[in-house]
Amino acid sequence: MTKFEKSAAFSRRAVLKAGGAIVVSIGMPVGVDTLLGINQALAQGARPSLVPSELASFIAINADGSVSAFFGKMDMGQGLFVAIGQIVAEELDVPFNRVKVHMGDTATSVNQGGASGSTGIQLGGKQMRVAAAEARRVLVDMGAEKLGLPADQLIVVDGVVLAKSDPSKKVSYAELIGGRYFNVQLDWNKQYGNTLYAPGKAQPKDFREHKIVGQPIKREDIAPKVFCQEDFCTDIKVPGMLHGRVIRPKVAGAAPTKVDESSIKDIPGAKVVWQKGFIGVVAEKEWDAINAAQKLKVEWSNANPPFPEQASLYDHIRKADVRKRTVEKENGNVDDAFKTAAKVIEAEYEWPFQSHASMGPACALVEIKDGKVTCWTGSQKSHFVREGLADTLKIPVEDIHAIWVPGPGSYGRNDADDVAVDAGIMAQATGRPVRVQYMRDQGTGWDPKGPASVHRARAAIDTAGNVIAYEFTSKGFSRIDVNTNGGKAHDTIGGQLLDVPLKSGDGFGVPAESYAFDHKRLAWETIPPLLDRASPLRSAHLRDPVGPQIHFASESFIDEVAAALNLDAIEFRLRYIKDARDTALIKAVAEKSGWQTRPSPRKDQTGAKVSGRGIAYSQRNGTRVAIVAEVDIDRSTGKIWARKFTVAHDCGQIINPDGLTKTIEGNIVQGVSRTLWEEVKFDKKSVTTVDWITYPILDITETPEKIDVVLLNHPEMAPSGAGEPSIRPLAAAIANAIFDATGVRLRRVPFSPDKVKAAFS
Amino acid sequence: MNQKFSLNVNGKVHSVDADPDMPLLYALRDDLGLNNPHFGCGLAQCGACTVHLDGQPIRSCITPVSSVGDAKVVTLAGLGTPEKPHPLQTAYVEEQVPQCGYCINGWIMTAAAFLRDKKKPSEAEIKEALTGLKCRCGTHMSILRAVKRAAEMIG
Repeated sequence: MTKFEKSAAFSRRAVLKAGGAIVVSIGMPVGVDTLLGINQALAQGARPSLVPSELASFIAINADGSVSAFFGKMDMGQGLFVAIGQIVAEELDVPFNRVKVHMGDTATSVNQGGASGSTGIQLGGKQMRVAAAEARRVLVDMGAEKLGLPADQLIVVDGVVLAKSDPSKKVSYAELIGGRYFNVQLDWNKQYGNTLYAPGKAQPKDFREHKIVGQPIKREDIAPKVFCQEDFCTDIKVPGMLHGRVIRPKVAGAAPTKVDESSIKDIPGAKVVWQKGFIGVVAEKEWDAINAAQKLKVEWSNANPPFPEQASLYDHIRKADVRKRTVEKENGNVDDAFKTAAKVIEAEYEWPFQSHASMGPACALVEIKDGKVTCWTGSQKSHFVREGLADTLKIPVEDIHAIWVPGPGSYGRNDADDVAVDAGIMAQATGRPVRVQYMRDQGTGWDPKGPASVHRARAAIDTAGNVIAYEFTSKGFSRIDVNTNGGKAHDTIGGQLLDVPLKSGDGFGVPAESYAFDHKRLAWETIPPLLDRASPLRSAHLRDPVGPQIHFASESFIDEVAAALNLDAIEFRLRYIKDARDTALIKAVAEKSGWQTRPSPRKDQTGAKVSGRGIAYSQRNGTRVAIVAEVDIDRSTGKIWARKFTVAHDCGQIINPDGLTKTIEGNIVQGVSRTLWEEVKFDKKSVTTVDWITYPILDITETPEKIDVVLLNHPEMAPSGAGEPSIRPLAAAIANAIFDATGVRLRRVPFSPDKVKAAFS
Repeated sequence: MNQKFSLNVNGKVHSVDADPDMPLLYALRDDLGLNNPHFGCGLAQCGACTVHLDGQPIRSCITPVSSVGDAKVVTLAGLGTPEKPHPLQTAYVEEQVPQCGYCINGWIMTAAAFLRDKKKPSEAEIKEALTGLKCRCGTHMSILRAVKRAAEMIG
């Protein structure tokens, strides 16, 4: 991995040795920055412009025949690069271990949206698949010319093009183009980010030909991690680097008005960086910077405490003005249907703010040299970090190079984008490279939060016990108070502190399911943020943005309706679900979990210790997940053990079943944590959950005994996402199991022991 | 006032000039360039900074460098190498544990001391030994599989 040696401009040897194939790039000018990060072993020579319309922006064949795949998304720890390597190797017909995937370096990859919305394979892999297929087509054409044979009489085996009729007639990829870049244009849709798509003329392989895709190939990055041979972004150092720390106000919204620099005069080299609302310190040594940040005397403006009392959060949401209402799905005539109901079932559910609380607080290093900026970042979206630095520091984006290095955990729009801008502000102010890592209280207290919300559901039942109408409405803080990336100054806390006010967008969502009710309306409503800038409660994307809260409510409610009708929870769902894949999925989870058909709650238990089972299901952008939870509850303590999960998962074609299974396990465990424990707390002044004591997560002693994963593979379909869908229905599965065990319906997350015990009494 | 300290880390003695109150973590990371113990909380609440001090797992983020004295410090890098791996390192690779991997130090260093002292532990004993360590990505299932596998390798 990148340490701090920066690759100098290396000699670019003359290209175009023979053949004059126009598919080889021959002398387009290329900037040094384009080549940074590409070491000597990789393709050399003039690389065409780094734009999505160039095949060379995605695939290169190196001199030794190995393949470099340049990927504008990155892996957040689930081994995405293995799947991408499989897809590329498959299409190119090279062995898997000949492909190296380079991720998230703005000098070598185009902006494919970064890690975003479980689209690593769904959209990122789709692009890499068509690019690799096009590279193979071009290479076979080159081989045809070289061998004097028609392309349709050639096959490719392990990166060697050879004649079907006479395998002695052959030429390798390395011989054809090794060490030179493709000069091949793709049909780019002119979009950047997740929706970027640039196919060539080639069609990807038929799934029946797949040999590498679908295999449980292991990750190779784990050994370097356990033997400490690989850097995290927290480990990057450059010569002359200062350590920086930021200082946040005790009352959110307050700005520094007076700074007493003499209060840190005894700390070697400590200096203050103060610009408008932004204040931080730098020092030569990290410990000195930490001390200086603690000791610096700062007077703050007299800001009005901006938040409601914690206890009135849900009242606040209920009473708040609706800024935007959107009905995303409606059929029939819901209001009229409710008038004809024999019975109406209603319920409301509540979900708190939650923190990313990444394992380490975010860290970034920014160096500005001769007007050129280099940023080492752990952000999920390094290409947007580049844009955010440009917007905040007023430096042209072309002069900024962001290098993604694995960070200390990321599950959406966390604090990584913010810290990059903070490091940029301090590097610009001091003229030295500055590495900033937040402290724990800042990582947990000041990261963007998953939004708090209230959900109302009602169902109209006719005299025969059929559901004739259903309405579901979420009301909450927007999922995009700050955007899903830090690409603009107004979307980072640093930018906002420099007087760029928040531009809060409106976004929420509706349940994703296939219940066919004759009259159905699914809607959402957003409310204004509590503070117009630099808020520790600014809301943003946290793993499966708003999915867990919405489906906690909607799938709990479906369960409530089933119970009210004295029907088995699966039988009831299957009565109304019309999507064939959903039905197959639910049947699969029922079979694997040994589901006994009966209504909830069970009535055969007495005493303090009881257990129950619950199901929930949901879709997410093509993926479907059904979960059966089995929980043990101690009614005397309120302690819940989510003991066993059975997860049926259908994400279309499976690229790597091993990586997929572990991705699902991670979702389940994190989902249990968020359901049982996690709640951002605050007082009128600021967030008060600032560490692992005040913001507890699931402990290893509470780990489920078993997670059974049933993968439903559809190799004939395109792959959809898996990074988030399985956290979506998890909370409802647990809530439904608690109801099954106890007859008590929990409608507010988290189910921490104190709250559960109170609900039972 | 800075003072000079002599630190025995992974079998080598190093001299460090530091504030006596500075936690060992910063000496290891910044002065000795050992990147493997990580800053997670600075509060001894997560374990990402765990190293062995005379064989016992400690949280280097709250351990003043002045308190280390002659004790032998071993970091994850000193626990094993690709050529001579600790069973936990082998098991971590075989069980493919990581998501982000930032928490690895805490789990492996704590489990290494536990498995040295406790042969053939039950799953409940393993969980109890590891309680309090944090993994935000939720790799708990894989961690437990790896520790059980390592326990079997140690025998």
